[in-house]
Amino acid sequence: MRRAAVVTRPIDPAAVMDEVRSREFGAVSMFIGTVRDTNEGRRVSSIDYSAYVPMAEAELDRIMGEASEKFGVAAIVVEHRIGPLGLGDISVAIAVAHEHRAPALEATSFLIERIKEQVPIWKLERYADGVAGWIDPTDLVARP
Amino acid sequence: MSTVTVQLFASYAESFGTTALQIPIKAGASVSDLIGAIRALPGSEIVRESARVAINRQFAFPDQVVDPSDEIALIPPVAGG
Repeated sequence: MRRAAVVTRPIDPAAVMDEVRSREFGAVSMFIGTVRDTNEGRRVSSIDYSAYVPMAEAELDRIMGEASEKFGVAAIVVEHRIGPLGLGDISVAIAVAHEHRAPALEATSFLIERIKEQVPIWKLERYADGVAGWIDPTDLVARP
Repeated sequence: MSTVTVQLFASYAESFGTTALQIPIKAGASVSDLIGAIRALPGSEIVRESARVAINRQFAFPDQVVDPSDEIALIPPVAGG
């Protein structure tokens, strides 16, 4: 089973794990991304995530297809949350199940790297000093 | 000449002050031509020549032809995760 979704509600990692867990698999690998309280030395107070939702879900589907082919994993669930998120909130959850641990772990790593490169999701970081900035992984742009 | 609608998001929507642009294009215009036309507009200072365009919800190649019936979006640098 494969499922990808961009959601506006809180992510329940246990529910995501249960979707891929099965008696035929001996391994479930998960990645959970959470909102960190500092970035580039600045104190972060919250992050507004936004997305081009239909394309983001289509890209997630394509990436899951790639992972499935490359690592032979059939059970993958990805949820990415958008909207205003507070410190420590879960922004993304990935669960991969396989008979054995190595393909599950490798597919999980592959998925989060690809998601960061090519899924149209954006972060507006809000800092403790009241400033906000769009995150560009290649060039941090802050605005007054 | 025909007109294409280009959806904008995040930093680009903020910079242009709108979530969609109407861009006149010639028949057979490519993604590169479209980016060139957008980069000539006020508010486009943050749009790089290497900006990514999506056509029908997939990243497009620079030489791909743009059609007014396509769903077109200009994609700012992504930062998911």
